[in-house]
Amino acid sequence: MIGFLARRLVGFAVTLGVVVTASFFLMRAVRGGPFDAERRLDPAIERNLRSRYHLDWPAWKQFLQYVGPLNLDERGAVALGGDGSRAFGGVLAGDFGPSLRYRDQTVGDLLSQSLPISLALGTFALLWAVLLGLAAGVLSAVRRGTRLDFAVRLLATAFVALPNFVVASVLVILLAFLVPLLPVAGWGSWRHLVLPALALGAPVAAHVARLARTGMLETLSQDFVRAARAKGLPERLVILRHALPGALLPVASYLGPAAAGVLTGSLVIERIFAIPGAGSHFVNSALNRDYTLAMGVTIVYCALVYALNSLVDVAYRLLDPRIETEAA
Amino acid sequence: MAAAGGSRTLRRIAFLATLALLGAGALALGRGTRLALADCAFVNGAEPATLDPAAITAIPEGRIVRALFEGLVVWDPRTLEPRPGMAESWVVSPDGLAWTFHLRSGARWTNGDPVTAGDFAFSFERLLDPRTAAGYASQLFCVAGARAFATEVDERGAPRRSFDTVAIRAQDPRTLEMVLEHPFPRLLDLLACPQLCPVDRRSLEAMRAGHPDTWQIEWLRPGNLVTNGPFRLLERRANDRIRLAKNHGYWDAEHVAFETIDALAAEHLSTVLNLYLTGAVAWIDQQPADLAARLSRREDFRSAPYLGSYFYRVNVKRPPLDDPRVRRALALAIDREAIVRRVTRCNEQPLHACVPPGIPGWSGRTMRHGKSFADDAEEARRLLAECGFGPGGRVFPPIEIQYNTRESHRDVAEVIADSWRRNLGIHARLQNQEWRVFMDTQRRIDYDVSRSSWIADYADPYGFLEIFTTGNENNRTGWSDARYDDLIAHAAGALEPERSQLLSQAEEILMDALPILPIYAYATKNLVDPRLGGFYENALDEHPPKYWYWMEDGELAKTRAR
Amino acid sequence: MIAGGQAWRHLRHDRAAWTCLVFLGLVLLASLSAPLLPLPSPVAIALQEEPEAPVAPWRETFRHGFRPDDRDLSWIDARLDELRQDLFGDLQTAPWLGTDAKGRDLLSRVVWGSRTSILAAIAATFASLVLGVTWGAVAGLAGGRVDNWMMRAVDALQSLPFIFLVIFLIGIVGEYRAELAERFGIDREVVFYLVIGAVSWLTMARLVRGQVLALRKSAFVEAARVAGASGPRILLVHVLPNVMGVVVVCLTLTIPSVMLFEAFLSFLGLGIEPPKVSWGILAADGTEAINPIRIAWWLVAAPAAAMGSVLFALNVVGDGLRDALDPRHPGNR
Repeated sequence: MIGFLARRLVGFAVTLGVVVTASFFLMRAVRGGPFDAERRLDPAIERNLRSRYHLDWPAWKQFLQYVGPLNLDERGAVALGGDGSRAFGGVLAGDFGPSLRYRDQTVGDLLSQSLPISLALGTFALLWAVLLGLAAGVLSAVRRGTRLDFAVRLLATAFVALPNFVVASVLVILLAFLVPLLPVAGWGSWRHLVLPALALGAPVAAHVARLARTGMLETLSQDFVRAARAKGLPERLVILRHALPGALLPVASYLGPAAAGVLTGSLVIERIFAIPGAGSHFVNSALNRDYTLAMGVTIVYCALVYALNSLVDVAYRLLDPRIETEAA
Repeated sequence: MAAAGGSRTLRRIAFLATLALLGAGALALGRGTRLALADCAFVNGAEPATLDPAAITAIPEGRIVRALFEGLVVWDPRTLEPRPGMAESWVVSPDGLAWTFHLRSGARWTNGDPVTAGDFAFSFERLLDPRTAAGYASQLFCVAGARAFATEVDERGAPRRSFDTVAIRAQDPRTLEMVLEHPFPRLLDLLACPQLCPVDRRSLEAMRAGHPDTWQIEWLRPGNLVTNGPFRLLERRANDRIRLAKNHGYWDAEHVAFETIDALAAEHLSTVLNLYLTGAVAWIDQQPADLAARLSRREDFRSAPYLGSYFYRVNVKRPPLDDPRVRRALALAIDREAIVRRVTRCNEQPLHACVPPGIPGWSGRTMRHGKSFADDAEEARRLLAECGFGPGGRVFPPIEIQYNTRESHRDVAEVIADSWRRNLGIHARLQNQEWRVFMDTQRRIDYDVSRSSWIADYADPYGFLEIFTTGNENNRTGWSDARYDDLIAHAAGALEPERSQLLSQAEEILMDALPILPIYAYATKNLVDPRLGGFYENALDEHPPKYWYWMEDGELAKTRAR
Repeated sequence: MIAGGQAWRHLRHDRAAWTCLVFLGLVLLASLSAPLLPLPSPVAIALQEEPEAPVAPWRETFRHGFRPDDRDLSWIDARLDELRQDLFGDLQTAPWLGTDAKGRDLLSRVVWGSRTSILAAIAATFASLVLGVTWGAVAGLAGGRVDNWMMRAVDALQSLPFIFLVIFLIGIVGEYRAELAERFGIDREVVFYLVIGAVSWLTMARLVRGQVLALRKSAFVEAARVAGASGPRILLVHVLPNVMGVVVVCLTLTIPSVMLFEAFLSFLGLGIEPPKVSWGILAADGTEAINPIRIAWWLVAAPAAAMGSVLFALNVVGDGLRDALDPRHPGNR
């Protein structure tokens, strides 16, 4: 187990290193800068602003400064201090730097405000989606060909095809206007959580139901399940003990990256429900060319994807003892 | 049984994981500060980038800064005329150059210190200092010595000159003196801009000493920020809300009605509208364009001309657009009436000039145009034929309309392309670009026709015209005319009424050459709770919360009757 | 290995799957022959205040007034368009699905928009099948260190901020527009479909790899290995048929997300340009139509129904296909 963890950590360091390097230079290579606006700044002022955030340095030097922890500021860092004092320690020192768009906040501030919100919302969305999706998928596989099966497949297809912004708008009309039960938008109490969690979870539930149904059908036709049936075990036990774990395999493969997406928030849902979560940072930091914030969210997302996929690998082994991943 | 053992372990893991995640979720939810409802809330659009008066550039930032701080003068919310703010009175020398401001005695910062002329001098120095990198530093370039101080920098980025060379002086704690480079009749309008609000020198310097690394962020945090306006900063969460609380030490506090006000950050127009319709906010300033027609019939919809113009830039270096006759044909063949009535639909006005209407005492020159659109289209066809295009002549090469991705821009572009195709036989392709790429393309003048708009900081035609001088970073059309540059340069130093005359001569040149195709003048489109008093429409869409209050039934009935 | 003919016969007997296959064929046909159909122009603007509600075809079937619009049409489309004018004259369908706020017929836009959406779906399917299945199967079959690094590559690709990538590509395409078109025949739309393909295979790779990991220790794969079968043969003959179920489901999940993703790419400026449309763009535009002031439901219902019905048909066909290919299915023994 310790060997496994150590190998995973090395893998993580390498993956993250590649992602950080590639992203950093990619960001500097794209057109447009963080200080572009309809009303362009006076060229002298824009120069000052760029030098304040070291955007006038060559990219490699900016990269070394970003990664840290050696501080490259030989001519007085003005990134935060403006007084020739230490400005920015670099990512390796745990400092994500100042945001270029939200200038009153550091990337650390922004992430620590928004991530818990997205996590809370994502957890509730995932919870109902996975529970409902699994139950529906398994039931529809077991009752294959019945009306229930048809209904589940129809609903699942509908929610896979319906964009979540449509689901969200309809939910708002139904539950905030026609039946004024819940607030239309905002954040602060559990009542603000219901509608976005429903809209965020709906496609996940549909995906899980589809995958669980397929996985279940696949497993039900396998020899060991037939053997278990032949032994005369009650059907319920056959399904829950023998077939279910195998049926979960594709669900687990899908949930790894999907959970990373749901937990870090969704731009569309956050916009529609005016939620101050992290999902909007993923898109907006890129659109605003807020390089530091974009790097911050990339790192967080990479870590989450990596951790969840490692969990999935562990889950494989638990679900199907025949599987030998590195976890073995 | 391995499978069963596996599923048992799994169940345990899943259970624990769920529990942990739920706990985290509940914790996060609990951490979200549960604020009591504010007295009043409004939607402020995009999250302000900063609350530092020297650094702001956008409208939502200006709204908050103006509520938190107060400059020497303020605009009257009805007429936009300058009224005493921190300055009780002022004197100007007969040549219009030397201005002396007398500060009011009761003015205090939220920490109890008096607001002094020294604070103003410090703030103006900070605005001009190149190390602050203030986007609007050029606003003070009208002061003698300011431009040189702000733009001449050494290799460390610091100004080469001392601030003593700038003619801003605190004569005593209550007297501020400024000497201008040239007469500037609109100085008072300028001084009411939020960028020229003062900051508290002493608290800023204390913060700098206490947090040498991070003071630029620390001094703006709620609890640290010291302000002098009608409100102080109570809470702030990025992309959620800014909560303002009444500043009881404000000199005019007895006329401030609300104890707390929330400024919400929300940009999705349907969401904004939903918030208003459910009564969560009392004022929104934008609505989905598709609903404009229906909303504008409501009693709570208020609209007034707004000092902003929507226009297309034309790349005058690229043939055949380098021919002014071609540009004139394009400008004439835009059915502006159809655009404002059927596309934008919010009281916008067709625009045939560079400066939108609504500036007191200004009547500019429009481009030459006929009585009806049919006449204009006819004239446009004639002009194109004169250039050798159209039936019997050359085929007009296809041109590209570039715009930044947004439904409303796309709608206007589609209608204009349709109109050019039908009336002139010109094939115009649409190309949308993501905002920053779009700005980059426009800056490099790598386009045929590019969407643009301009919004005034204060009521002055100069701002609209100045940007088309040669080499201005906001020209971005490649157009240049020495006579135009000359007129603008002379207008900068002239007194009224000569100034207005020079500017309208310049506008005439611009509207003959047409490096821009004017389309429409903006209108404000506010949905305001009918009970919200002290809310007036004006040409800058300025609605200081200082004057807001809830109307009693009687007053509401009286307003409705009117 | 199952003979293709047998699978085909099996599919012929699955009535639901057959019906859906015919439906998909019809959709494809309508999409290809869009200029031939007596539809109003999808781009001609008739400015009005409000979108027009749908008219039932049995109330009003046709209207006069079709005028050809001079869009850039391909050679074939232009011929079809001429044929249509000979056949139907200025006849066009009444707004059976209503119009949008600029008076454009929604049915026509859905039919024309299907072209982009179908192409995007094909790009994604192709990339998923070729890249995703191969990558996942090879990783799963190889196992151990190879598997580990192949999956880390997938993680890394997934973590890259793809918006920057897209904007970067837009920059490149903009800069070398002429050269790319001349030397490689690549324009913005080609890059757009390439990007769609590039991002859509990752989930497939993960899912297939998970299934293959489970299969590689199963009795029949072991048996094949003992019998001395080569790696590619094991992959093709023994492993792939057994992951078909997951592959098919994953495809039916990828296609709708690609149709929406395509709208986002167009938002960034890489993709189709107005007045061209797609189902994703229609759906995104239509969302504004659901609000408490006025509900123009058809603006969102039409593209959503189009996507939903195609997707449902794909699902049924996919299930049928899986049954037909399943080596364990009773009919195939």
